[in-house]
Amino acid sequence: MNPTLVRWLQAPSIIVLFLWMIVPLSMTIYFSTIRYNLLYPERTGFIGLQNYEFFWTDPSFFPALLNTLVLVGSVLVITVVLGLAVSILIDRPFRGRGIVRVMLISPFFIMPTVSALIWKNMLMDPNNGLFAFFANVIGATPIEWLQDMPLASIIIMVSWQWTPFAILIFMTSLQSQDQEQKEAATLDGAGFWSQFRHLTLPHLARPISIVILIQMIFHLAIFAEIFVTTGGGPGVQSTNLTYLIYIQSQQAFDVGVASAGGVFAIILANIVAIFLIRAVGKTLTV
Amino acid sequence: MTDKQREHLKNRIAVVAAWIVACLFFFPIFWMVLTSFKTEGQAIAIPPLLVFEPTLENYTEIQERTNYTKFAINSIVTAFGGTALALLIAIPSAYAMAFNTGRWTKDILMWMLSTKMLPAVGVLMPIYFLAQKTGLYDTKGLLVIIYALMNLPIVMLILFNYFREIPKEILEASRMDGTSTYNEIRQIVMPLAWGGIASTALLSIILCWNEAFWSIVLTTTDASTLTAFVASFQAPEGLFWAKVSAVSTLACAPIVVFGWLAQKQLVQGLTFGAVK
Amino acid sequence: MKSLRNTALGLTLGVAGASVAVAGELTIATVNNGHMIEMQKLTPAFEAANPDITVNWVTLDEGTLRSRVTTDITTKGGQFDIMTIGMYEAPIWGERGWLEALEFSDAYEVDDLLPAMRNGLSHDGTLYAAPFYGESSMIMYRKDLLDAAGMEMPDNPSWGHIQDAAAAMTDKDNGVYGICLRGKPGWGDNMAFLSTMVNSFGGQWFNEDWTPALDSPAWNHAVNFYVDLLNNYGPPGSSGNSFNEILALINEGKCGMWIDATIAASFVSNPEQSQVADVIAFAQAPQAVTTRGANWLWAWALAIPAGTNQAEDAQKFIEWATSKEYIELVAETNGWGAVPTGTRQSTYDNPNFTDAAVFAEAELKAILSADPENSTQNPSPYTGVQFAAIPEFQAIGTAVGQQMTAALAGDVSVEEALEAAQEAADREMRKAGYY
Repeated sequence: MNPTLVRWLQAPSIIVLFLWMIVPLSMTIYFSTIRYNLLYPERTGFIGLQNYEFFWTDPSFFPALLNTLVLVGSVLVITVVLGLAVSILIDRPFRGRGIVRVMLISPFFIMPTVSALIWKNMLMDPNNGLFAFFANVIGATPIEWLQDMPLASIIIMVSWQWTPFAILIFMTSLQSQDQEQKEAATLDGAGFWSQFRHLTLPHLARPISIVILIQMIFHLAIFAEIFVTTGGGPGVQSTNLTYLIYIQSQQAFDVGVASAGGVFAIILANIVAIFLIRAVGKTLTV
Repeated sequence: MTDKQREHLKNRIAVVAAWIVACLFFFPIFWMVLTSFKTEGQAIAIPPLLVFEPTLENYTEIQERTNYTKFAINSIVTAFGGTALALLIAIPSAYAMAFNTGRWTKDILMWMLSTKMLPAVGVLMPIYFLAQKTGLYDTKGLLVIIYALMNLPIVMLILFNYFREIPKEILEASRMDGTSTYNEIRQIVMPLAWGGIASTALLSIILCWNEAFWSIVLTTTDASTLTAFVASFQAPEGLFWAKVSAVSTLACAPIVVFGWLAQKQLVQGLTFGAVK
Repeated sequence: MKSLRNTALGLTLGVAGASVAVAGELTIATVNNGHMIEMQKLTPAFEAANPDITVNWVTLDEGTLRSRVTTDITTKGGQFDIMTIGMYEAPIWGERGWLEALEFSDAYEVDDLLPAMRNGLSHDGTLYAAPFYGESSMIMYRKDLLDAAGMEMPDNPSWGHIQDAAAAMTDKDNGVYGICLRGKPGWGDNMAFLSTMVNSFGGQWFNEDWTPALDSPAWNHAVNFYVDLLNNYGPPGSSGNSFNEILALINEGKCGMWIDATIAASFVSNPEQSQVADVIAFAQAPQAVTTRGANWLWAWALAIPAGTNQAEDAQKFIEWATSKEYIELVAETNGWGAVPTGTRQSTYDNPNFTDAAVFAEAELKAILSADPENSTQNPSPYTGVQFAAIPEFQAIGTAVGQQMTAALAGDVSVEEALEAAQEAADREMRKAGYY
């Protein structure tokens, strides 16, 4: 293909995404340097970095930062490992595979607020929930999920929703794995683990990095699950950066501080991305 | 036990394990659907009721209160429209990048992904103002554009992955025959990557379908989607688990049915072992 | 470049098709609570009487609605002709000139509105929002359990008495907990309740100079009492409970007492969803050192955003939906037990209503005793019982609420939680330039 054509084919996506990035981003940066509270329209003017300082000095800022990272990291590990295991498990033909596939992917179809409501009220509730019921049946004390392990509970909910995403991507990619190579390896007496390490894992390297990168973007901005279940608490145990921004944006209606928070979120996301690219991104273009 | 028997047994165990995992994953959804046929009193009963006299009263009430069809149509139009627009822009680009990977390809992809890093709640006001100023507020067109842009980086990245899995030799052979780029995409790449495109489209549709921030902030009545439909039943004063289960069942049903139909497409194609 | 130009063209074309408010079409934003749903169902009656007006409903959950209408009104978005707002927003927005002043015909009998409601929805004597239904808070308790414990419930119990009663009613082996209270963080969740408790312990949100008063001994006593009470006699998982979670618990017979919105009474005494409907009784919210501010006051009200070009039609609708005739219409359709309460004296004077609603007397008493202008033992600079009607309060209330939940869950001590809460409140007040 000639280089001009390549450029023309790539241009539309790059141009629209550039606009989509630069317009809101420059507005956000502008808002972050002015006094701008929706509830006080008469207060205006440039205030430099005061909005940033306010957001930065919030005692909840560092715990929220840490929670954000823990949330992203744990969900990534859980979904990738589970996703790999499950998609390899269903990578052979068997009766009812179609149904099994749909059942496995279904959690991804559920809206985050709805999934949070189901988990909070029908499953994890220490009085009326199913988990508590089963705990009582076997004579154990029900776990007070959202009170004693709020962040872990949210990790469980998010992982339930996103493992299907990993399964979907891995499952499709496994279809293109060279079956002859696998059969040859089996004949040579290579065991499951050796095949997994030397054939499957390299084959899935790119899909894995893609799953990690995409999920990272979504999980840095997890909101609905926290909003519906714990409200960020107890204390700030399940508050993430997005939730802090939400409080400034939709409760204090302070667009200035919320924009400053948004800029922090971009910076954090880019730092995380740089590390991830080091770790997994290089497999992208292999 | 012979090797064959052992192999057979192993397969059996794997199948049983697959079913168990699938049931575990599906259970919360099953429970939601079951709850939607209970009364509010039954929904909170302990021990939980597995056998009960099902009622349709939740569904009747939803029917009385809202226009489900309107919300569903808006969801279908915006989710499919946004996905189609994203694919239209992404397929040529991803194709160009996958088969002409250059020094900057990875960086461009990473940059594209980085456009998604600004949390929605942080750019609420800029987008809201733009929507008002352009007069697109509360139109389906606006949601289609937003959804397409929102999902474009992801669609790019996933398509790129599937295109990269197509062996280059196939393309080179066709180029020797003098096939035009258009025909190359249409006749060779698309059929081979069909499964990948289908699963990318499905992912994008799901993401649009469940998008609950912009669809609520940027619509009032004309363009409201099923997420607004769910919001109108979510967390009222009083017991609402059975009703919200019914609403969620209705909100998710079209996409689950669609996924069911689409899943065959997902795994077709991308089987080039034989071609190689 | 072509694609760019096409995008621009698309945007320009879009402008032509932009949605503008259509004459005779009212768009109303409201909360998805039961009474509002009923209003939607009865709207055809209004449309029949006013054939030139049609009504579009936008129904959302409370949190989403609040974000939507606040964004719309502050940016003059003009998407709504009528907004459902609370007693928190009405005076703030009225003062800013964002709402149309309401003027009613004589037939409306504006003096029939309960004075507490009218004051709470006015600024400087001008009514900016008409109450659709109102509520206070009170004690709902299981008379059977209390009788079994050989105790009585006075109409104005003290917190000490509540503690004794909770201890006597608790039977954890059988899953019965003496008292259930809100614990989920949020200014409208745990802090609505906790504020009233602090008021009765003699505390308040802000001192006269607007500095936060969370470091006062009154807050310390109240919060310690609250945490001990729930830890000893409350259900597991209290820190995740708000109105609906506790409603589920009490309807399942798991709570001895519950102090919450008076509107809960109609759910708890409804045998269709409550197993304890016939044994529930009511009393006024408990007091510690004062009864002032011991029970909250809230109303959902209808208001017209300033600048709408359909103010006249909007006014007509509000007059219909908050009138005596509307209440009678609901009574005809669903019975007197289902009418929106807490707004008009005439409702409580009607024997049909008082016969149908067992909680009527307790509810009216609670509402009449709440005074948003005078809700703390010592003078305070703000209006509101369970909130302070200043724009900063939502963010402060939520941050403080999180700390209280942490103390309840036992992650930090009450002292640490209050210290963190004081700092969070101080930061917001400083940012807003109060001092």
